[in-house]
Amino acid sequence: MTGSSGAGARRRPQRHLPLQIFLGFLVVYFLVPFWWVAVNSSKDAPGLFGGGNTLWFADRVDYFGNLQRLFTYDGGIYGRWILNSTLYAFAGGIGATILAVMAGYGFAKYRFAGRRFSFSILLGALMVPATALVIPTFMMFSGLGLTNTIWAVILPSLLNPFGVYLMHVYARDAVPDEILDAARVDGAGEVRTFLQVAFPLMRPAVVTVLLLSAVASWNNYFLPLAMLSDNRLFPVTVGLGLWQGIASANNAGSTSLWSLIILGALVSVVPLIIAFFTLQRHWRGGLSVGGLR
Amino acid sequence: MTLLTEESAASTQEKAHKVRGKVRLREHLMGWLFVGPFGIVFLALLIAPLAYAFYLSLWQKKLIGGTSFVFLGNYVKAFTDPTFLSGAWFVIRFSLVAIPLQIVIALAMALILDAVTSLFTRFSRLMIFLPYAIPTVIGAVMWGFLYSKSFGPLSDIFGLFGATAPDFFSSNLIFYGLINVVTWQWAGYYMIILYAALQGIDPTLYEAARMDGAGKWQIALRIKIPLIAPALLLILVFSLIGTLQFFNEPQILRYLAAGTIAPGFTPNMYAYQQAFGLANFNYGSAISFALGGIVFVCVYAFLFFTRKRRSFF
Repeated sequence: MTGSSGAGARRRPQRHLPLQIFLGFLVVYFLVPFWWVAVNSSKDAPGLFGGGNTLWFADRVDYFGNLQRLFTYDGGIYGRWILNSTLYAFAGGIGATILAVMAGYGFAKYRFAGRRFSFSILLGALMVPATALVIPTFMMFSGLGLTNTIWAVILPSLLNPFGVYLMHVYARDAVPDEILDAARVDGAGEVRTFLQVAFPLMRPAVVTVLLLSAVASWNNYFLPLAMLSDNRLFPVTVGLGLWQGIASANNAGSTSLWSLIILGALVSVVPLIIAFFTLQRHWRGGLSVGGLR
Repeated sequence: MTLLTEESAASTQEKAHKVRGKVRLREHLMGWLFVGPFGIVFLALLIAPLAYAFYLSLWQKKLIGGTSFVFLGNYVKAFTDPTFLSGAWFVIRFSLVAIPLQIVIALAMALILDAVTSLFTRFSRLMIFLPYAIPTVIGAVMWGFLYSKSFGPLSDIFGLFGATAPDFFSSNLIFYGLINVVTWQWAGYYMIILYAALQGIDPTLYEAARMDGAGKWQIALRIKIPLIAPALLLILVFSLIGTLQFFNEPQILRYLAAGTIAPGFTPNMYAYQQAFGLANFNYGSAISFALGGIVFVCVYAFLFFTRKRRSFF
């Protein structure tokens, strides 16, 4: 610890102006779409199509009116979509994380029969494209009467083989066997050892897996698009896709819908951006796990 | 005397064996208890659908005559179907351009952010990562606005120089339009992974290299990049798997780029159209399965050629 901080202090502060300017250009590139959406969601249809500056505000800045229209359009369906997305992200994310933490710990810390075989099947499953499963899962669920229900979206998002792999690697390296044995000698049962000794040590990886699975469910498009037909069950991704299809199909008659889509896109990204910024400290440590070893 | 000790030694050994046997049984049980819940989900939602898709793909449904067993007939049909083949060729071509581009940009950004520390670089790191927090569908919607002729900024920007704006929805440029969307979406995420790997390198290595007369470029090329090779390989494999399944972005931009993006533009879109548009679930399953096969072959070929399979897992 002291060694590395000593080396850091000895390193001269480096400025590199050309590199920073280059970086500045990249930042502009990555921010342009956000800027465009933030500016244009303040406009009404004439402001949007009137041929004014597309990268700056129109004369009328009307966020409040647009927000009101967004959340009252079609009986407030947009708010429902946001709530649905939240439900799918939380249920899928938390469920997938619990399963992944348990399985990763089990694979790392118990030498049970069939362990090597099942782990190699798991590694093979990392290569299976998730979308290849959508059509047969739809067929199976439709046989069980589960399509067009929330379970059709939540159940498949419980499956996160990469999360198990990540937890396995982390538990193997961050949870020493000696500590577990010490807890057992002190009379703690296996479950208590897991919950009170191993789990706290795995926390950085747990947060990372939770965030990755929640983001994966929030971003999901193909699966809910295939599974759901009732638009009151849609997550926000499928809902905005639907609106965009309607707006593009009859370009002239739906100019007012475009400003709702733009603001809808802006509103839908705010929760995730907040989540990423506030949880930054936690996921940064976990992201390196999969790559380094 | 000797007999007694031998006997007691045998009995303690036996006892130890018994205890160990108990422990072993307990370990088997606990291991399966922890892995079991995931195992059930894995069997029900991965193995079963895969098996079912394969089963479905062996049958063919006709309007007249009902469902009949065609064995590999659907696969023969798929691999001679021009729509499937052109879709598969498109995603392979797309991967060959998009993945190296994303990784080179991500690597360059990670090396810069690793070498230069300032308030601005910390800020840029977050801003570059930001698109990862955006659902790919919303990212495609946003770029669709920017490409749009009626309210996008491209005509304004190119108008400043007296040029006509490129139309990224035209059949010539849609390839590059999509490349731009996925690069914007994923480069920041890859950058964060590579950056985390770079930060994990012991700085005394640089010190030693500098003593030996290595310059900044040499340190980057000969020390940093080789040491983060596992991370590079990981993101290569995952971006390959992701890109071959290309669906969300073209599906969304399809509405705006009317006529340019056909329903069978990528294999996944084709499978979706066959299954949900035409209720042709058997052929749709066959296409999904064939695509899964292509992904498997590509990934294994890649891992074989880099010969890093062992270090990856």
